[in-house]
Amino acid sequence: MAQVTAASHGEHEATTTGLNHRKMLMWAFLGSDCMFFGSLIATYLVYKGKSKAGPFPEDVFSIPVTSVSTFVLLMSSMSMVLAYAALTRGNMKAFRIWLASTVIMGATFLAFQTFEFYEFANHEVVVECNDPDAADWTDLQAKVGSACGSFVAGEETEVTIGEYTVKVFEEDGHAVAETTAGLTPRTNLFGTTFFTLTGFHGAHVTLGVIWLLSLFFFSFRKGGVTPKRNLDVDLAALYWHFVDVVWIVIFTVVYLFGVFQGF
Amino acid sequence: MTTLSFPIIRRPMHPTGVWSWITTIDHKRIGILYGVTAFALFILGGIEALLIRTQLIGPDRDFVSAEVFNQLFTMHGTTMIFLAIMPLGAAFFNFVIPLQIGARDVAFPRLNAFSYWTFLAGAIILNASWFLGGAPNAGWFGYAPITGQAFNPGHGIDFWIIGLQVLGIASLAAAFNFIVTIINMRAPGMTWMRLPLFTWMTFITAILLVLAFPVITVALIELMFDRKFGTNFFFTPAGGNPVLWQHLFWVFGHPEVYILILPAMGIVSEVLPTFSKKPLFGYPTVVLAGALIGFMGWMVWSHHMFTVGLGPIANSVFTITTMAIAVPTGIKIFNWLGTIWKGSLDFRTPMLFALGFIVLFTIGGISGVMHSMASSDAQQQDTYFIIAHIHYVLFSGAIMAIMAGIYYWFPKFSGRMYDERMGKMHFVLMFIGQNLAFFPMHFYGLDGMPRRIYTYDADMGWTALNALSTSGAYLIAFSFFIFIFNMVKSWRKGEKAANDPWDGRTLEWSIPSPPPEHNFDEIPTVHDRDDWWARKRGGVKHGVPVSGGSGEGHAIHMPQPSFWPIVVSIGLLVGAFGLIYNVAVAGIGGGIAMVGIYAWAFEPVNEPDEKQPAHH
Repeated sequence: MAQVTAASHGEHEATTTGLNHRKMLMWAFLGSDCMFFGSLIATYLVYKGKSKAGPFPEDVFSIPVTSVSTFVLLMSSMSMVLAYAALTRGNMKAFRIWLASTVIMGATFLAFQTFEFYEFANHEVVVECNDPDAADWTDLQAKVGSACGSFVAGEETEVTIGEYTVKVFEEDGHAVAETTAGLTPRTNLFGTTFFTLTGFHGAHVTLGVIWLLSLFFFSFRKGGVTPKRNLDVDLAALYWHFVDVVWIVIFTVVYLFGVFQGF
Repeated sequence: MTTLSFPIIRRPMHPTGVWSWITTIDHKRIGILYGVTAFALFILGGIEALLIRTQLIGPDRDFVSAEVFNQLFTMHGTTMIFLAIMPLGAAFFNFVIPLQIGARDVAFPRLNAFSYWTFLAGAIILNASWFLGGAPNAGWFGYAPITGQAFNPGHGIDFWIIGLQVLGIASLAAAFNFIVTIINMRAPGMTWMRLPLFTWMTFITAILLVLAFPVITVALIELMFDRKFGTNFFFTPAGGNPVLWQHLFWVFGHPEVYILILPAMGIVSEVLPTFSKKPLFGYPTVVLAGALIGFMGWMVWSHHMFTVGLGPIANSVFTITTMAIAVPTGIKIFNWLGTIWKGSLDFRTPMLFALGFIVLFTIGGISGVMHSMASSDAQQQDTYFIIAHIHYVLFSGAIMAIMAGIYYWFPKFSGRMYDERMGKMHFVLMFIGQNLAFFPMHFYGLDGMPRRIYTYDADMGWTALNALSTSGAYLIAFSFFIFIFNMVKSWRKGEKAANDPWDGRTLEWSIPSPPPEHNFDEIPTVHDRDDWWARKRGGVKHGVPVSGGSGEGHAIHMPQPSFWPIVVSIGLLVGAFGLIYNVAVAGIGGGIAMVGIYAWAFEPVNEPDEKQPAHH
């Protein structure tokens, strides 16, 4: 038996279970990462509704916008599956196309997230003083709207309500109240927990994009990525799908439960 | 396969010398590096303990200031848990596990080297704080909000946060490695119910590590963000709740207790049968009890928080689960007693330490059951009674078992015998010393002496017992002088050890001492639970004794040394200091780590065009 290659680390090494070492390590890592995100989500939920000042989730979230980025991220999982399938079939061209699509969609998601963070940090609240739907205002909108009493036709007045400076002025013949109520990690518990949780998810996506991009360039090297040596892609795909699944949880728990009350 | 390595640095191929140690990926050498480093840090933690005890030798003393005292007890706890007991356990995982399961190395040899160097980086970061403005001073569990920027503006807590994060990376990498190694690299026939007990307990420990460390990672991230970026996690004016820190810390912290003790229980389960000349009594029960402890370890964390005021329901539930977790521990103790019952006992040093472990760990277990009851704990919380408990389970428990392990495997890793007389002297003095040091703590603890106070009044009536504790601490220190002398002398000039000096049961005793680089000439096929024992007895079921290693493994290709693990670790070290002082430096550290990771990923396990070094 001396001809046995000891501790050989090729693709076809004999293992006790027949499963590949690296794949098993990846699953163990993902189990660990579950506890990581679990702890961050638990922190978010413990502090949900405990913020002492706005803006609150219903003030800043735009479900249509985040739904689009969520859809893009989920579609990137599909293109990842197609990339891996193309590789195992030996179709390198299709593999590269689908891999590139995955990278682009991942980057698109990150662009959306950057835009969203910027928007939240510079969040503006504008209400029309004679809005017929004033009954549906969020607490923050109502707070801004309470400045309408100091409206003077043809003039711009500034009123301090709580921590906000509200401008009241006339626009197209209507009285309007406006303020900047930016959400940053320092603003309140919602900002603290929201940016930490989604920020770490974004960091995971960024790492995934770099990883997939590396594989993409590496695939142009001779023997870099071959149909037989597909484990490198398989592992990256596993990671990518995991990050997507985590986003489904975040989108549901943070965004949907944040805006649609009753949860 | 085409060569894809980065031609930045020539692959190191030194068989000996300093470079060979820096670039080694041999699990046995990494085990020795872990052991020696962790023991040096254990001595450091011990010196901190001696300074604490010297301050407390009598009332109203000013040997150290209150502030230095705070730093001493914080660093003593942190060092002993994260830099001594855990890595001493890792030393055994590294050296013993591949030998016990009949493998030539771990599943990821380079990742293994990375774990060691990253552990060293974490140790450097934590201890650098002594020279850079003061060590952390908020206790080893760093309760919020005393760790906040407002109450603790120095860098001590930053060193504590970043140091623990880096140590967490090291522990996680090692845990992934050992999970895969134990599942996937067992020799043919080594089924789960034939796995040596130490390997089993390591496996459970690794699973606990993988699941528990991310929780403290998140807690530390939150604390760091509060300090660095002014977030509100533990900032009470914004509604932040310091109790969240306690929950996150102890959800990690209680499994951590079992991370410390399960490997110790594994060592004792190896030593007792060997020196009783009997198989382990109730093997499946001991395995199951270990698994049960690992599982139930997740359901007891709030017993650290009985006095927080979580309410009667929470306190009752955690009282019941805490009492229940004593059951599998008790099962183990009775099985150990069953193992030595009517055995032909051989009182060598490892056996003495293992027996001492059973006695003293049981005392620690009993005081544990005492404060499992919330109503009783209210009296004991934050007193020296708790200090007595933790030292009976972690010093008299974990460290005693680790000492048993060091003496037990010394012939295997050094190839020489230790001096039995000095070993016994070490045991006797350490046994007396720790009881002198820790037993009186029960009394002045119940009498109300709080932990973490730097001095006490003469008329409190604690003077005599404190002096007794301090003398015990000095005695322990003295016993370790004997230990170090014994180890150094024996490693250099000890009698050459036979392959199997203890008439052992497990596969590591079937190969030469010290083992050849490739461990086994031929991967053994396992037929029995105590396979090596059965083979020596003419094959209770199968075959005749076969030697595992005769040094003839010339056709065996071992993975080659690599620079990249230490490069990534250096990147983490630089990055960690950057996170404390300067973001640009953190970027440089990240860059170094990135280069290391890419070079590592593209480096083949073996250079295809270079001649393999001979293994003789």
